[in-house]
Amino acid sequence: MRNRNGWNVYVCGVLSGFVSIGSIWCVGKFFGASTTFVRSTGMIEQIFSPDRVASMPYFLKEMPVIDWQWMFVMGIAVGACIAAVLYQDFKIQWVPEHWRERFGLSVQKRAVVAFLGGIIAMFGVRLADGCPSGHGLSGGLQLAVSGYIALACFFIGGLIAARLLYGKRGNSL
Amino acid sequence: MMLVYGIVTGILFGFLLQRSHVIRYDVQLGALLLKDMTIMKFMLSHIVTAMIGVYVLYDFQLVQLSLKPTILGGVVIGGLIFGVGWALLGYCPGTSLGALGEGRLDALWGIGGMLVGAGLYAEAYPYLSKTVLTWGNYGKITIPQVLGVSHWVVIFCMTVLVVLLFRWFEKKGL
Repeated sequence: MRNRNGWNVYVCGVLSGFVSIGSIWCVGKFFGASTTFVRSTGMIEQIFSPDRVASMPYFLKEMPVIDWQWMFVMGIAVGACIAAVLYQDFKIQWVPEHWRERFGLSVQKRAVVAFLGGIIAMFGVRLADGCPSGHGLSGGLQLAVSGYIALACFFIGGLIAARLLYGKRGNSL
Repeated sequence: MMLVYGIVTGILFGFLLQRSHVIRYDVQLGALLLKDMTIMKFMLSHIVTAMIGVYVLYDFQLVQLSLKPTILGGVVIGGLIFGVGWALLGYCPGTSLGALGEGRLDALWGIGGMLVGAGLYAEAYPYLSKTVLTWGNYGKITIPQVLGVSHWVVIFCMTVLVVLLFRWFEKKGL
């Protein structure tokens, strides 16, 4: 799977590093994404039971409000959309290509696994206190011990599960 | 104003994520199957660039670090659980939004699942904070602190290692 219609990945990585430096310098904000999911869930739960949310320790720690990171995460979707449209890369797709080759065309099957994967991923990432952005990028660039241990564990868990899903030889992908 | 900075930063980051294609399911699974190192190239290029920049600013006292504590129980167990979910979903929290932005609508299921996962974690938090999150808490530590050397020594070694790793990736066509 080579990068056909994309830019050089090293250039993108370095440029995004400069974006990161700019953000840390100008507003003191480090990249991260997973806290936003906690805040959003808090906002949704607040609609149904505001009193309960107000008394839950985790929502007191991560208040259900829109903050810098929340806007940053929404911005990722907007930025990716702009780039995809600009470079004719936008494509409506319900089942990714690798998935289709291995598990077939069923949208439902992909939906169930993606949903379950999402639950597991978010539970784990909150326990770890950061995702590949928060721990990996922001922790890594600060030389934080937690960042490198987290990154290693993300990949170990992922390698094992991917191997189980796709078989030992990666199903000739 | 903070919110405006947030969205502008996110747009720039999302743009670069899309251009490098790291937000794709196929690329993320490619990394986990050790077939395609695009994600490692992106992350390590980002880390090395920002590490040098941020530590220069830090030495001039223009920025403050924001370290997460190293709690082995949480980081190791949570990290491994996340890895499993990541392989199933094929997107991480940040890239799921990027994937949605370029029309990969299966990310929607993942985003829904992640919202549910966050809710479940909030329910479990009172228990976890008294157990797993107390195991092996070493506080907010950095690699240079642990080794007792200047951060520039670590940055230099890390940069050399990353460059060698990149050369190896390119040689192997990963």
